[in-house]
Amino acid sequence: MSSSDAFISIQNVNKFFGSFQAINNVSMDIKQGEFFSLLGASGCGKTTLLRMLAGFESTSSGEIYIDGQPTADVPPHHRPVNMVFQSYAIFPHLNVADNIAYGLRKQRLSKAKRAEMVDEMLELIKLPGYGQRKANELSGGQRQRIALARALILRPKVLLLDEPLGALDKQLREQMQLELRALQRQVGITFVFVTHDQEEALTLSDRIAVMSGGQVLQVDTPSRLYETPRTREVASFIGNMNFFRGTVRRNGSAMGAVEAEGLGHIPVPLENLTKPDGATVQIALRPEKFLLTEHKPDAEFAIQGKVANAAYLGERSHYYVSVDGKEEPIAVSAQNLDRVNGAAAAPMGAPMWLSWSPDAVVVLDAD
Amino acid sequence: MSPTLAIMTVGILVPFIILLVISFWTRDGFGFDTTFTTNNYVRAWSEPIFGALLQRSFWISGVATLVTVLLCYPMAYYVAFHVHRNKMMWIILMTLPFWTSYLLRVFAWKVILGYEGVINSGLMTVGLIDQPLEFLLYSQEAVIITLAHAWAAFAILPLYVSLEKIDKSLLEAATDLGDGPVARFFRITLPLSMPGVIAACFLIFIPTTGDYITPALLGGPDGAMIGNFIQLQFGRVNNWPMGATLSIVLMLWISLIALVFLFITRKAQEKIA
Repeated sequence: MSSSDAFISIQNVNKFFGSFQAINNVSMDIKQGEFFSLLGASGCGKTTLLRMLAGFESTSSGEIYIDGQPTADVPPHHRPVNMVFQSYAIFPHLNVADNIAYGLRKQRLSKAKRAEMVDEMLELIKLPGYGQRKANELSGGQRQRIALARALILRPKVLLLDEPLGALDKQLREQMQLELRALQRQVGITFVFVTHDQEEALTLSDRIAVMSGGQVLQVDTPSRLYETPRTREVASFIGNMNFFRGTVRRNGSAMGAVEAEGLGHIPVPLENLTKPDGATVQIALRPEKFLLTEHKPDAEFAIQGKVANAAYLGERSHYYVSVDGKEEPIAVSAQNLDRVNGAAAAPMGAPMWLSWSPDAVVVLDAD
Repeated sequence: MSPTLAIMTVGILVPFIILLVISFWTRDGFGFDTTFTTNNYVRAWSEPIFGALLQRSFWISGVATLVTVLLCYPMAYYVAFHVHRNKMMWIILMTLPFWTSYLLRVFAWKVILGYEGVINSGLMTVGLIDQPLEFLLYSQEAVIITLAHAWAAFAILPLYVSLEKIDKSLLEAATDLGDGPVARFFRITLPLSMPGVIAACFLIFIPTTGDYITPALLGGPDGAMIGNFIQLQFGRVNNWPMGATLSIVLMLWISLIALVFLFITRKAQEKIA
C-alpha cells in the first residue's frame, strides 16, 4: 500500500459518528514537502480527515502513519504536526509576540533567543514590528498570518490548514494564496490544506484529493484532475464540463470514435478508448476546448448549432449553443481575441460551428 | 432624565446622601443634633472594637468568597465543557436552593451543624466521635460554611457564563501547540475566565461583608461581624449617626479592597501571559 516516499500514509481509515460514516475506507499517501489539498463540498469528510491527522479525532478503524510512526496512541499535543484553524484561534489575552511564541514553552529557551525567533517569524510573514500589538487590533489577513507563524515557529513535520483563506475577501484571498505557496516553498514543510474552493486548490497544490461522501474519488496533480478526471463526479466538481452519451466504435483505424446520440461519430484517439467496441460510454469536453466559428471549419468533425445564450465577461465570453439531437445546450467558453462591440463576439441566435481537437475528448464510464 | 437615571437617583443616590449627612450628626436623645461634626469618624478610627470587627468581617467574607469560588469553579467548568445537552436544566438544578428564602437556608445549616444536628448525631451513631463537636456551630467556621453555600449561585452563574463564552478552538489550538490539559488550563482557560472569577468574587465579597443574619444566627460571640454592630446602632443602641458612619467606613474599605484586588488580578494575568 504505502510507497517508499510516503511521508504521511493513510491506510483504510474509517470514521463513524454514531451511525453516520464520515470517512469511508480512505487510503492515500502524501509525500514529504508536498502541498497537498483535500478538496470537496462541505460535509464530504475533508475536515474530519484533517482533524484525524491533528489528533483531535480518533480513527474508528485503519491506521495513519506520519514519518513512519503510527499515530493512533499519540495525543494531539505530542504530534509533530501543527494546525492553522479556520477561525485562526488567536489567543485574545496575549499580544502578537506571545501568540507566536506560545508553543515554545516546552523548549525552555532564553528570553533573547525566544524574541529572536519571534522576530524571524514576523519577518517571514511580513509583519515586522507587530510583536506588541494586541490580538483585537488585527485584521483578518493579519490574524491569518499570525496563526501561520505560530504553527511554523515549531518547525512541524506537517502543517495542517483548515480553510485558512475562507474568511478573507476575494482580493486578499488571492494575494494570500500566492504568499502561502511562496511560504511553503521557502520553509519546505509538508502542507495539508483543506478547501472547498476548487480554484484555490488548483492554484496552490502539488496534488489534490477530491473527496465526496467520506470517500476519496481521485488523487492527482491539478492539471491531471482537470484534464483527465476519472469520474463524472470529479469532472463536474472541478470546472465546468459538457457530457455526451455514446457508443464506442473502434473503426479499425488509428482514430476510433464514439457515436454520440444525434451527433454522429465523434473521433477519439484509440489510446483513450479502453472499452470494447459497442460499449456505452460518456465523453466529456471542457467549455474552453471548443472552437466557435462562423464558417464550417477545416476539421475532421464539427457540429452546427445556434447561440442560445451569451455572456460577455471581458477577457472571455460564455456561450450556450443549442445543437440538434442534444437536449441541453453545450457550454462554450471562448477568449475574446478580437475587439468586439456590444455583448459578445457571437450574437444570440447566430448559427455557428463547433469544432475541437480529438485529444481534448475525455472518455468516462457510463453511469 | 431617563427613567433608569431617575430610578438610580431615587434608589441609590438619595439614600446614600441621607446616610452621608446623618453620619456627620450626633444622637440627641430620640432625635439628632444636626451640628456638623466628625466625632463619629474619629471614634470609628480610634476605638479598637470597630477595627477588630471590620478586620474579622473581611477575614470571614474573604475566606467565604475564596471557598465559594473554589467550589463553584469546577461545577461551572463541568457544565460549560462536559455537559452537551440540557445545560440550562443543570444550571437551574444548581441554583435550585436559591429559590427558598435566605433565612430558611441559614436555619437549615443550623439544623445540620447544631449540637444535636445532622453531622454530630451522624458521626456519633457511626462511632467516630464520643461527644458532639462544639466548634461546628456558633463559630466563624459555621458562618463561613453557611455563607459559602448561601451565595453559591452568585458564583456559579458568572463563572459559567465566562467559561461558556470561551471559543473551543482556542483550547484546541493550545493543545495543538503542545499544551497538556494542566498547562492549557492555566494558560488559556483560567485567564479567559478571569472576568467571571472577578465578578463572582465581588458579588460574594461585597454583600457578605455586611451580612448580619448569618453571623447573628450561627456566629456566636466569635462570629459577630460589622453588620451585626451596624444593625445594633440602628436598632437597640439607637445611635443612627454612628451606624451611618460605620456604613460609610465599611463602604470605603470595600472599595479600597476591590481596587487592590483588581490591580493584583491584572498583574497576575500579565505574569501568566
